[in-house]
Amino acid sequence: MSFTFNIKELAKQPPKLLPGHRLCAGCAAPVVAKLALLAAEGPTIVVNATGCLEVATTIFPYTSWNIPWIHNAFENAAATASGIEAAIKALKRRGAYKYDRVNVIVFAGDGGTYDIGIQALSGAIERGHDFLYILYDNEAYMNTGIQRSGGTPLGAATTTSPAGKVIPGKPQHKKPIADIVVAHRAPYVATASPAHWADYVRKVKKALSIRGPKFIHVIAPCDRGWRFDPSLTMEVAKAAVDTCYFPLWECEKGEWRLTDRSLVIAKNPQLKKPIEEFLKLQGRFKHLFKPENKHLIKELQEYVDMVWEDLLKRVGLKVS
Amino acid sequence: MAQVQTQIKGRVMGLNGDEAVAWAVKQCNVDLVAAYPITPQTIIVERFSEFVANGEVHTEFVPVESEHSAMSACVGAAATGARAFTATAANGLALMWEILYIAASLRLPIVMAVANRALSAPINIHCDHSDAMGARDSGWIQLYVEDPQEAYDTTIQAFRIAEHPDVLLPVMVNLDGFFLSHTLQDVHILPDEAVKEFVGTRKPVEVYVPYLGKKVPLVLDPDVPLTFGPLDLYDYYFEHKMHQIEAMKHAKRVIKEVHEEFAKISGRRYGNGLVVPYGLEDADAAIVVLGSTGGTVRYVAKKLRKEGYKVGVLRIRAFRPFPVEDVLEQLRNVKVVGVMDRSASFGAQGGPVFLEVRSAFYDVKEKPIIVNYIYGLGGRDAPPTLIESIYKELLRIAETGKVEQLVKFAGVRE
Repeated sequence: MSFTFNIKELAKQPPKLLPGHRLCAGCAAPVVAKLALLAAEGPTIVVNATGCLEVATTIFPYTSWNIPWIHNAFENAAATASGIEAAIKALKRRGAYKYDRVNVIVFAGDGGTYDIGIQALSGAIERGHDFLYILYDNEAYMNTGIQRSGGTPLGAATTTSPAGKVIPGKPQHKKPIADIVVAHRAPYVATASPAHWADYVRKVKKALSIRGPKFIHVIAPCDRGWRFDPSLTMEVAKAAVDTCYFPLWECEKGEWRLTDRSLVIAKNPQLKKPIEEFLKLQGRFKHLFKPENKHLIKELQEYVDMVWEDLLKRVGLKVS
Repeated sequence: MAQVQTQIKGRVMGLNGDEAVAWAVKQCNVDLVAAYPITPQTIIVERFSEFVANGEVHTEFVPVESEHSAMSACVGAAATGARAFTATAANGLALMWEILYIAASLRLPIVMAVANRALSAPINIHCDHSDAMGARDSGWIQLYVEDPQEAYDTTIQAFRIAEHPDVLLPVMVNLDGFFLSHTLQDVHILPDEAVKEFVGTRKPVEVYVPYLGKKVPLVLDPDVPLTFGPLDLYDYYFEHKMHQIEAMKHAKRVIKEVHEEFAKISGRRYGNGLVVPYGLEDADAAIVVLGSTGGTVRYVAKKLRKEGYKVGVLRIRAFRPFPVEDVLEQLRNVKVVGVMDRSASFGAQGGPVFLEVRSAFYDVKEKPIIVNYIYGLGGRDAPPTLIESIYKELLRIAETGKVEQLVKFAGVRE
């Protein structure tokens, strides 16, 4: 099945996330949500983990959600989605449900996914619920004020991994969350970037066509937390892909494929940019450019290269 | 339990408390059961899994990876319009804590059986009420049953109470771990049709939504853009809490109504549904108690009354909402009240039931002496001899008017 679409046609739908919300200028989260909901054309219910997207779109008595939406708590979005999906099955069984199938879509941040929500996510995938989990990864607890998470990369300065004199930012690498989901043998796992929106919309469409648990990991630059100008969000998202810091891929029933820009880079390795091109755009990595911390840039580059080469092996492309 | 005449013939089965709950859930058109194993609740879910595996129910069974997810899945399901049930105990209930409040505050009529068990540490699998008492302010209705029959009856009633439009609160049916969960009794099971007629299927309430300009069912319906669980700050949160407080007041009436209606089909009645009095008309000394100990206390009270002692019992069936009026009414003429608490409230003046009962009498001029017995922690037995000694002590206080110790610990090594 091809998942071609016409963006002009998709944009004719009534908007599902309305303007007027209180997310920061330059925030990638609403772009991640809006693009996914453009792709979700059928009946849809959204589950939102606690986080920026939830808080800033719903201050009572206002809501930006023009579709049914529920927020339960921080760590249980996948369990809540399990309940919704199972309830629909049971209601259908007793003839009390109108639709044959509903898109149950979770939006959760990195804290709600990598850390506090990983148990509920793992359980829901193992049980095989029919839902799509979209992780918008801004690489720290931005809603509570930029604290480090399992999704924060090595060296990044956050309020709980500050760039100190002895410890220069987060000492650990980012947890390979999408690989962890792949290891559950979920039928569809992908990564995406809001800068490569056509690739992302196609992946959401594909995911929603597949029954069972699906997972899309979207890089969601945060100008406040990453320290860049709000006008540069898409530039930063692009740099993440161009440097292979955040490669675009999909894994469908165990078969790996690179997509969009990452596929181009794989075929034309000279296009792969050094990690500095991603780091230099952001204040959270500023301290890494001091002479005493340069080894961390090297370490990050080695890590990115290792992950990228591993990915090339998985998709069956030789490392040149 | 009082017998009432009824035309409906059911059948009698030898069931333990857990199985009795499973049977009730089977007959109640439940759409979703999400649960995680924990002793002594496990049999409920095991039996129910058999009903699912044998195609005897339409229910979706979600074997979640934790109690936190069990309650979270129930929240999702109930918000979708489904009738949802779960069961747990002790540490499982503690793990659910966060979502207990969310379920109640989102006004989702979930029913949960709690096979009451002591909280860790030290780890202990036996009965006390520390689990449920810790959750007493979570916004759940709490009913405590005395035997497996009542566990069956109350579970059925719970769905009607929870889903009543004036209530819309989750209900916790508490049955003492092992004493009830694992103890066989002849349980009268109503015919499926009688229960189905009594509980019906869940019909979500309709609410007027200003921005839609119409009334819509309060559920996650793909056709209706409703937002559940928004951020709610100082400008509205308090009003929403007031709604919950009001709903709890309505619950007192509804628990009684549903209990009475159920008596008409089952022939079984438990006091007025909120409290179950015995021998209080002329009692000098009374014991206030929750759960299975109620049976032991009544047995001892009967024996003592035969011996000429004026003693009575007030078993509290509904602890949340707390039936202040009924407690005052029933205990008004008693000289001494001994409140038995199967949990400790560390650092408080006494146990949680004691504090409620004693506080209820503050504004009453002629009030009984009220003392507290904390007993049975971690499953420590409360045999008739212990209850008898408590009654004898209460009668001594009634005679002398002297209280040596307001809060006592009954059945513990010195």
